[in-house]
Amino acid sequence: MTYVVKPKFHHPELPKNKLGFTHRDYEGAVSTLCAGCGHDSITASIVEACFELAIEPHRVAKVSGIGCSSKTPTYFLGNSHGFNSVHGRMPSVLTGANLANRDLIYLGVSGDGDSASIGFGQFAHCMRRGVNMVYIVENNGVYGLTKGQFSATADRGSKSKRGITNTDNAIDMVGIALQSGASFVARSFSGDKKQLTPLIKAAIEHRGAAFIDVISPCVAFNNHAGSTKSFDYVREHNEAVNFLDFITARAPIHVDYAPGTVEMVEQHDGTVLALRKLNAEYDVHDLEAAMSFLHHHAAKGQIVTGLLYVENESEDLHCHLNTVEGPLNTLSEKELCPGSAALEKINAALR
Amino acid sequence: MKHTDISVPDYFHKVVDCQWACPAHTPVPEYIRLIAAGRYTDAYMINWESNVFPGILGRTCDRPCEPACRRGRVEKDPVAICRLKRVAADFKDDIRDRLPKPAEKKNGKRIALVGGGPASLAVARDLAPMGYECVVFDQDPQAGGMMRTQIPKFRLPESVLDEECQYILDLGIEFVGGKRIDSMKALLSEGFDAIFVGCGAPRGRDLDIPGRKEAVKNIHIGIDWLSSVSFGHIDKIGKRVIVLGGGNTAMDCCRSSRRLGGEDVKVVVRSGFEEMKASPWEKEDAIHEDIPIFNFLVPKEFTHENGKLTGVLFEKVKAEYDPKGRRKLVPTGEPDQHFPCDDVLVAVGQENAFPWIERDCGIEFDKWDMPKVDPKTMASSNPKVFFGGDAAFGPKNIIWAVAHGHEAAISIDRLCRGEDIGVRPAPQVTIASQKMGIHEWSYDNEITLDKRYRVPHREKSAALRNIRAEVELGYDVELALKEAERCLNCDVQTVFTGQLCIECDACVDICPMDCITFTENGEETELRGRLQAPAKNLTQDLYVANNLKTGRVMVKDEDVCLHCGLCAERCPTGAWDMQKYLIDMTLAEQACHLKA
Ligand SMILES: Cc1cc2nc3c(=O)[nH]c(=O)nc-3n(C[C@H](O)[C@H](O)[C@H](O)COP(=O)(O)OP(=O)(O)OC[C@H]3O[C@@H](n4cnc5c(N)ncnc54)[C@H](O)[C@@H]3O)c2cc1C
Ligand SMILES: Cc1ncc(C[n+]2csc(CCOP(=O)(O)OP(=O)(O)O)c2C)c(N)n1
Ligand code: SF4
Ligand code: SF4
Ligand code: SF4
Ligand SMILES: [Mg+2]
Repeated sequence: MTYVVKPKFHHPELPKNKLGFTHRDYEGAVSTLCAGCGHDSITASIVEACFELAIEPHRVAKVSGIGCSSKTPTYFLGNSHGFNSVHGRMPSVLTGANLANRDLIYLGVSGDGDSASIGFGQFAHCMRRGVNMVYIVENNGVYGLTKGQFSATADRGSKSKRGITNTDNAIDMVGIALQSGASFVARSFSGDKKQLTPLIKAAIEHRGAAFIDVISPCVAFNNHAGSTKSFDYVREHNEAVNFLDFITARAPIHVDYAPGTVEMVEQHDGTVLALRKLNAEYDVHDLEAAMSFLHHHAAKGQIVTGLLYVENESEDLHCHLNTVEGPLNTLSEKELCPGSAALEKINAALR
Repeated sequence: MKHTDISVPDYFHKVVDCQWACPAHTPVPEYIRLIAAGRYTDAYMINWESNVFPGILGRTCDRPCEPACRRGRVEKDPVAICRLKRVAADFKDDIRDRLPKPAEKKNGKRIALVGGGPASLAVARDLAPMGYECVVFDQDPQAGGMMRTQIPKFRLPESVLDEECQYILDLGIEFVGGKRIDSMKALLSEGFDAIFVGCGAPRGRDLDIPGRKEAVKNIHIGIDWLSSVSFGHIDKIGKRVIVLGGGNTAMDCCRSSRRLGGEDVKVVVRSGFEEMKASPWEKEDAIHEDIPIFNFLVPKEFTHENGKLTGVLFEKVKAEYDPKGRRKLVPTGEPDQHFPCDDVLVAVGQENAFPWIERDCGIEFDKWDMPKVDPKTMASSNPKVFFGGDAAFGPKNIIWAVAHGHEAAISIDRLCRGEDIGVRPAPQVTIASQKMGIHEWSYDNEITLDKRYRVPHREKSAALRNIRAEVELGYDVELALKEAERCLNCDVQTVFTGQLCIECDACVDICPMDCITFTENGEETELRGRLQAPAKNLTQDLYVANNLKTGRVMVKDEDVCLHCGLCAERCPTGAWDMQKYLIDMTLAEQACHLKA
């Protein structure tokens, strides 16, 4: 935690995006999390991703639940819309907002406690419905805010700071997301922004439910030997299947990789994901293979990271429900009260 | 890149841009903090030790520190380092009991110093308290050199000059005023153990163009005229004055003219405005006193009638650059321009002259007729004779004269002890962590966004009425505090310990200036291009540290670090710490204490 305000001065050579903003313009208030918390690095990655995509801050709505992780939206995009909801209820609040105004970019930020314990049902349903959003779980294996109790993602056999062994099985949020129908699923590590930032960018551009599980060490309660969510453990057991280069629809595509190692994945809006394969067998479009790959590696104690699954022709909740184009607040009286002839038609259809 | 060895004093010294740029290496941020704390006397003493003339320099220094100041790279203007020095001098208490006392016992060594300017006075100040018998000869009756004879009183009041010269003379120095040294040979034969030549660069360049002889009565050499003004021999000038030249002497000439009856005073310069040698603030002050500056005009002829000057004729030129970027002034072909005037002051440069040094007394001169002087030891080719100040390498300024003086004093001391003068004492470094608590530092790490504060000036008409009325009034205590807070505390260093780092990126994320990067090591040029923010300022070092678990390196670009300490506050393991590095150049006197 820091009491000094972060000075407004910035590096004179900082690049500007096409809106004329530097990445500093995407920051929020100074973080009050513990010094060294992984969540702050995820915040920095979100800032960087939004800066690089030249997103207008007022086009973003950030929604969160309760927890250290859920506090972080205060620390990025200070000029965006935000809603800090109740514990585990980020998905439903976000779904409602999304239905009312489909034009905003929705960033849902949550923790492993918030999403895998109290909000587990909300999480699964939100994925199932294909709400067009980026769902980031800042996963530290503990309830950080309430002083480090094991969360539902803590691995069986891992040890608490006080030396107590966790005897419950862990929920793998990535597995649940895949099973529930998320159309973009990734896992990353707060200590690897090079991997994480392009994933966040791709998730923002993705239409549909995009889920990213970010392992984010809690330096206060879960960064000791015996933890499986510590900096050291994650670095040692990280098994990246691919590396993503995010290429916007605007920039010309030019990728200089050895043939066969790169796959181009086109998104609905023309953006292209250049996937540099680190594991030759891994296929990001094969849901079943992805699931078994994850099981297989989890059993060996490896943490599989990278873009794990993406659906090319993804759809979202609005497509499923055939809702009107545009936000509800732009509908005029004419559209909302179409008149007695229209009513007559509806009534006739029900007879 | 190689791992940075921070135990080499120069590494962190360079980070303190102002101190590194100061020829005398004054510990600037330390004295600025003391001013902020209201400890003016302590701030003064730090200056006095390093630069000998804080009150004088706080008004007149060329301030090489300010263009170097990091604040100028972070926002627009540097910290007003120079004028804060004056604050220390203005608000200090009586400091006499804190000055060294005249040596109780002389050490039997006698040193002659030719000239009583800042260079000689600095040598004498360093040596006298150690027991050296210092005899200063000057052709003028009083000590001070050009600080007294050239710098106008409206920039430097006599009382300030007298006070600071007196502190030195009171150390038991023999000052022989009104005595011109006419022969080096004769001086060498007087049995001095060493001789320091600090006779300055006393000759003003003339302008040999048609009309010079005919109009001689109204054409004056700038520095001769200024010294006559300063001695009170001249107290008026014509209504219309032209000053030729674009350096600081020209600025002093034109501003003095405005105070001695000059109503229509112009400065005319060969070069363009930007290329003029005068400091920006000197030009600004002249323009403020209604003195227009005309550029790209080369004097061709002094026009005259019946033996009286009528004006100056100029050829119009423009700057052209050859492929190597060298400037040439070429005529534009436009008609010549004539400016009528009553008097001309020629301020087109200053030269050295050593008519009193016989060329066969062991002192070698080069092809420009300058003595061969070692810039490190200030020694000439005669092992007993040292040079410093303007006499050594041509006209510079007071702070260089002082710096030369310190080096010469060290050499003279070593010579008299029979030691190798090539061996120089290392600076003394004191390191102290500034951590007091989790968010508490023993320095003020909050960064103010304030712009540079202007120094209040005397009202113009009052200033122009009296040539002795000081123009600048100095900061008051309140302004001084605000200006002092703009200092970034560059001597409070960011010190990194790789073994403690868990590579959580907290420092990278919090750093407001994007100074810190964890990355794979590489070759410097390539590495500079792929940092968090590009490190394009090649004059600023990269701090590279290894010993990280992932095998990467921590690279910190020192360029625009605010020394705000946020990296250290954010670091969960204390891998970053803010440590104050006080770097004191060892002076002759201290070198002797160290050995004792
Ligand atoms: C008009 C003008 C304005 C200036 N303004 C500034 C300024 O604002 N800030 C700044 O930093 N610098 C300024 N300078 C430059 C500065 O004054 C000099 O660089 C500095 O004084 C040099 O110091 P010194 O000790 O080498 O010699 P000097 O100060 O020149 O002193 C040399 C002394 O030696 C005496 N002397 C010479 N020959 C003999 C001899 N044979 N026997 C006995 N005595 C002798 C001279 O009379 C003189 O007193 C200015 C210079 C001029 C001309
Ligand atoms: C309804 C409700 N139940 C319990 C709590 C107490 N509580 C606050 S935060 C939290 C867990 C947060 O854990 P996680 O989402 O993993 O966030 P972290 O702090 O680890 O980032 C709990 C149980 C609460 N605030 N509200
Ligand atoms: S308790 Fe853990 S999760 Fe919460 S701020 Fe501290 S380090 Fe981060
Ligand atoms: S900010 Fe202060 S310490 Fe840094 S260079 Fe400027 S005056 Fe010196
Ligand atoms: S002190 Fe640390 S946080 Fe502050 S600017 Fe310098 S490197 Fe960055
Ligand atoms: Mg948690």
